[in-house]
Amino acid sequence: MADYVEKESKSVEVAIEEALNEMNIDKEDADIEILDEGSKGLFGLIGGRNALVRVYKKVDYEEIIKSFLYPVFDMLGIDGDIDITAENNTLNVKLSAENIGIIIGRRGETLDALQYLLGLAVNKRSDKFMRVTLDVCNYREKREETLIRLAKKLADKVERTKKNITLEPMNPYERRIIHATLQDYGHVETYSIGDEPNRKVVIRYKREYRKA
Amino acid sequence: MKELLETIARALVDCPEDVYVNEVEGEKSVILELKVSKDDMGKVIGKQGRIAKAIRTVMKAAAVKENKRVSVEILQ
Repeated sequence: MADYVEKESKSVEVAIEEALNEMNIDKEDADIEILDEGSKGLFGLIGGRNALVRVYKKVDYEEIIKSFLYPVFDMLGIDGDIDITAENNTLNVKLSAENIGIIIGRRGETLDALQYLLGLAVNKRSDKFMRVTLDVCNYREKREETLIRLAKKLADKVERTKKNITLEPMNPYERRIIHATLQDYGHVETYSIGDEPNRKVVIRYKREYRKA
Repeated sequence: MKELLETIARALVDCPEDVYVNEVEGEKSVILELKVSKDDMGKVIGKQGRIAKAIRTVMKAAAVKENKRVSVEILQ
């Protein structure tokens, strides 16, 4: 489904105007992407370039997100609020509810599944890709802090004992946090073993010491 | 349960009107048979079954609430 119109014209303003006219929508209902500002060239003669814009019909993301999540809430017996903020190409969806355990699931797998499906639903109707993040009561934020703390604690232990430590299975996102945290931390290095969904991070003592 | 699967599937496919779910209820388990338009099969299965897996995960969470086991089958 092509939900956009591209127009080339002398100036950005004119190009947008033409695109809006062709799509028969108002500026408020459009997302505008300027692909090329154009240039007047030298003395308006040599090397002039037309402006190029791409205009999307604005998709009502809020509507899509809510009509997807509310039935899920109902089914899980959760009474919650949905707060959506948009920045650039990212939609941050935050849920606040009681009884959040059921929506997070074991190791956050239900939350990840919902986030994935929500992303697909949001992007189905538009050519412009929107990243969708789903969090409930700051679960992800807190989880990240916990993982960073855990990583450092275990790295210290590895450094002391010089013995490898294998962490419990984590999803790719969580493993990334561990790897990133320990990238420049102490005399340790990290790698992953095993297959999804049981892939684990191993923290190992770094034998040769490289000078910084 | 049936309604939830229908809602999720309709949000993913191009032909929501062709989404159909049949619920076979047992004592401790529920089997949900999902049927979508032929062209939409990929949209509910995904690469290496990634979408199907996510759908099953969400449905499993819903089933816990009802104290049942759920299996989602995608019919051709």
